This record gives sequence, structure tokens and C-alpha cells, in this order.
Amino acid sequence: MTTRPIPRIVPLGDSAVLIELSNVLDLAVNARIQELAVAVRRSGQPWIRDVVPAIGSLALHFDPAHVAPGFSPREAAAALLDACLHAALPDDDTPARRVEVPVCYAPEVAPDLTDVAAKCGLDVDEVVRRHCASPHRVLMLGFVPGHPYIGGLDPALKVPRRATPRTKVPAGSIAIANAQSVVYPFTTPGGWNLIGRTPFRVFDAGRDPPALLVPGDFVAFVPISLTRYEELSRDAGGDRER
Amino acid sequence: MSLRVVRGGLQTLVQDLGRYGLQHLGVVPGGAMDALAHRIANALVGNAAELATLECTVLGPTLVVEQHALIALYGAAFEARADDHPLPRNRPVLVRAGTTLALGHASRGARAYLAIAGGFDVAAVLGSRSTYVPAAFGGLSGRALQPGDSVPGVADLARLSASRFERLVRRRGAIEHAALRAVHWFAPELDLPVGDVLRVRAMAGRHHAQFDAASQHAFFAERWRIAPDSNRMGYRLEGPRLARESPVDILSEPTCLGTVQVPNDGAPIALMADRQTTGGYPKIAEIAGADIPALAQLAPGAYVHFVECSVDEADAARLAAEARLRPVLQSIAAMYDTDGADER
Repeated sequence: MTTRPIPRIVPLGDSAVLIELSNVLDLAVNARIQELAVAVRRSGQPWIRDVVPAIGSLALHFDPAHVAPGFSPREAAAALLDACLHAALPDDDTPARRVEVPVCYAPEVAPDLTDVAAKCGLDVDEVVRRHCASPHRVLMLGFVPGHPYIGGLDPALKVPRRATPRTKVPAGSIAIANAQSVVYPFTTPGGWNLIGRTPFRVFDAGRDPPALLVPGDFVAFVPISLTRYEELSRDAGGDRER
Repeated sequence: MSLRVVRGGLQTLVQDLGRYGLQHLGVVPGGAMDALAHRIANALVGNAAELATLECTVLGPTLVVEQHALIALYGAAFEARADDHPLPRNRPVLVRAGTTLALGHASRGARAYLAIAGGFDVAAVLGSRSTYVPAAFGGLSGRALQPGDSVPGVADLARLSASRFERLVRRRGAIEHAALRAVHWFAPELDLPVGDVLRVRAMAGRHHAQFDAASQHAFFAERWRIAPDSNRMGYRLEGPRLARESPVDILSEPTCLGTVQVPNDGAPIALMADRQTTGGYPKIAEIAGADIPALAQLAPGAYVHFVECSVDEADAARLAAEARLRPVLQSIAAMYDTDGADER
């Protein structure tokens, strides 16, 4: 156990400040970051542009033009973060959402599942069972719009990223590595191990909210058959590549 | 329909000032790479700064104006013609219906903004009309203009254009030509990068001290060449390879417009308008916001030299840039003798 230094609030460029609470993946710290994001957003300050929780840190982007004599949005941002960090946490009157995400784990859409099972010394069904039973929670979004990094993966499913990334990972792919799960919203390059696919649209700019999963969501992956996957894919009316 | 696309150019995109409030969902603000030039272009046609313009990059488009339209081209020095007549830059021009606007290459700078009275009227997506190509949304079908496209102006474009232009020429008359009418005055030329190397102010990034002494020195001492595969997401910089003392993994964390991150190959990337919202590479520097517009006017092959500054100096530079812009916008607004009649 290392002692954790007192978190420092530092400038991130000249239009944001950043606070780092941990430089390693720590689910309890990330939960704290999600609470911090809620509290900062709830302050409703007009100079706040974006509140971005990440795995061990959080950025507060402000409007740098919002200056006035005796007022610096950077100082106000740092003071707000500091106050939210030290204040008693708000009552959990809007608890985090629990989102069910159907996943097909059939070999046709799970090219790395057998390999992951072999690396973990488990059979394929046990990998699926453990993935569905893990207490998943969204740590942050990034990489592309709507792309969640999800913590809580069963420690028995610990695998590294693939040695050679794929140039094309199909949209909807569920993948694991680095003690996390991800869901690819678009067909993009990717180096994680593909163990299933969801028929849901992970990001849709025309939907409100556009992202299927948001930071702080609890996630339940629910196994479905290939037939059901294909039905739901048609219902989702996706125009994405498969 | 307002502008019919004959040639798309290298990458012509509908852009505005971007979308905020969605970075926690991985959606970057985006918007005009050179927001300063975008704002002046809009002002020249009497628009509010938020309205959508066309961002033309290095090689411009060819467009047929289907209705009388008040336009302005501002930013990089593009060759531009309206039928067989040179299109005056940096000023409001009333172009007659049926005229072909042909933009060629930018002789200086990389990006210009074509503004139209009332703005380009594509649907707003997530609160903005800016095109975000990596996820194919916003602007015109989430992509650059292609031949055959129609870029819509507002429904009353012809009337709005005529009434605004009449306000401009009431007292001072107009330059008349078969294809266009223009005013006699023009906005000052954009301060485009001159010389071999652009000086760009930057603050030491939060991982700067993790780099070895040679790399720390080199970043601010050497000149960096903008690599050919640079784009709206990031400028890849060619120069000495940068290395950390002990390359420990960094957790993915938020990035900012102007963050300079260094992937494991040691070649830095300056994050531009369409950057990813988060990244797991060390941040060696953060570019001053005031110098982003000038950087956006550099094309691949140009050089930059980073000059270290403090965050206070970056703030002062931003205030100074706004102070230079304000009288320009005010003098343009004065030409419209704004009575608020058709503000939008």
C-alpha cells in the first residue's frame, strides 16, 4: 500500500483545471470522482463548459473569456473543485443508473473468447458467466464518442491487450483487457480481446442522451442468443458496419 | 438550396464554434480550427459569431450560388474567382444567382472561412452545426463537401442578403460587376504566419518533468515540422525523439485543445479541434489558447518553435488577442449601422 499524496489541482492548458486522485485504477477512487463530477455540475456555474471524469482524475473545462475585474475562472474552478472535494457529499437523491446491455457471446461475434478462456484456464461458459456476474461500473468515456471504459471485471478474467491490435473492430463489440471492459461504438481499430457483441447502438448523435452508457452507470451484461442478437440488430436499425 | 457543390476541395466542412457540455460522453467541442477567422468572416456578412461557415482547407471548393447571396471569404489567402472576376477577399460581397465561386489554392495560410448571410442552415446535432468527421455527425451528413451536394442557406437568403447589402452601400456606393457587387472597404488581412518558423507559446505540461533532460530541453529549443498526416484531430510533429526517464504507464485522463502528448514512439502530437477528449500519453506541453488560431493556419511541411510561457502569460496573450479583435468587429458592425432590425 502506498500513501496517496494530497490531491493537487493543476492547470490543464489555459482553459481547464485537472485534479488527480489516483494514478492507478482504483474503483473506490473512481466512485469518488463520479460523486465529485455530480457535485461540480450541480453548482451550475455559468463559466463551466465541461466536467470530465476519468479513471483517476477529473477535468473542469471553463470559458476563459469569462473574466472580470477580480474574477478569474481558473481560480473559481479550482476553488469549486476544492470545495466539492471537502464538502459533505450531497445526498444520493439521483442514484447512478443501472443499465442492462444484451450481449451475444456466440463464436461468430466473439473471436477472442476461446483464447481468453484458455489464457484464464476456464471454459468458455465460465468466462461468460463471470463476465455477466461482474459488478461493472462505467469509469469514464473517451477514445471516440460514447466509448465506455468499465471497471469491476472479475479478477479471474485478467488478460492483457492483444499483442497486435486489429485495424477494424466491429461496432458493438464488447472487449476486455487491463481489468476493464469496453464497448466499441463505431468500427474502429482496437487492441482489446473481443468476447461478444451488443445489438444496441452504443452512440447515436440523434438520440438524447446520445451515449448508451454514461460515467457512473452500473452495467449488467445480459447474455442473448445469436438469433436474438440478429433480431435486436434489425430493431436497432443500425446502419453501421457489422 | 443555396450553394451547389461542383468540386469539394481538399476538405471543406461546415463549422461553427463547436459543442460544449458533452466531453464526459467522449464528444469533443470541435468547431472552426481558426475560430478567430471564423468570427471575422461571420461579422463581415452581419452574422452572429455562432452561425455556421464553410471551413476551406488548403485547396478550396467550387460552388454555384443558386440565389443572390451576401458572402465573405476571410482567413488564408486563397485564389478565388466569381465567374471570370476575382472574388474580393476580406469583405462582404453580394454574389448574383448562378455565379460560380471557384477557390483555388491557399498561397498563404491553410484555412479560410466562407460566411453567408444568415449562416449555413444545416440541422444542429447535439447543439452545434459543426462537422465531426471521426464519428460522421454534424454539418452536411457528417462529412466534407462532395460534388453534387447542396449546402443550404436560410430560407430568405436572397432577401436577407439584399437588405444587408443595401445597408452597407447606402452611403458609400458599391463596386459593380456582372457577377457581384462589393463594398469599397475591407477588413484587415488576417495576421497569417510569416517566415520559416511560427513561434507558438506553450506551458510545460503536467508530465514535462518525467522526460529526460535532453527531451525537456529539446522541446522548447528545437523547431518542429508539421508532418503530412496531420489533420483536425492533431498535428504530428517531426523533430528529435522525446523520451521519459522511466516510462511508467499513465492512466487515461482528460485532454485539452492544445495539449501536446508524446506517444511511445517519441514523436509529439499537438491536439487540435477534433482531438480525443481523453488520452493515456504523457503531456509534455499545453499550447496557449491565444496561439491556436495561428497554428491552425499552418499546413503540413511548416515549422513551429515552442516558446515556454506561464499560465498567466497565456491568459495575458488571450486578453491581448481579444483586445486586437474587438475594434475590428466594432468597425465592421459600424458599417452595418446596426439597428437590430434583422439580428440573428
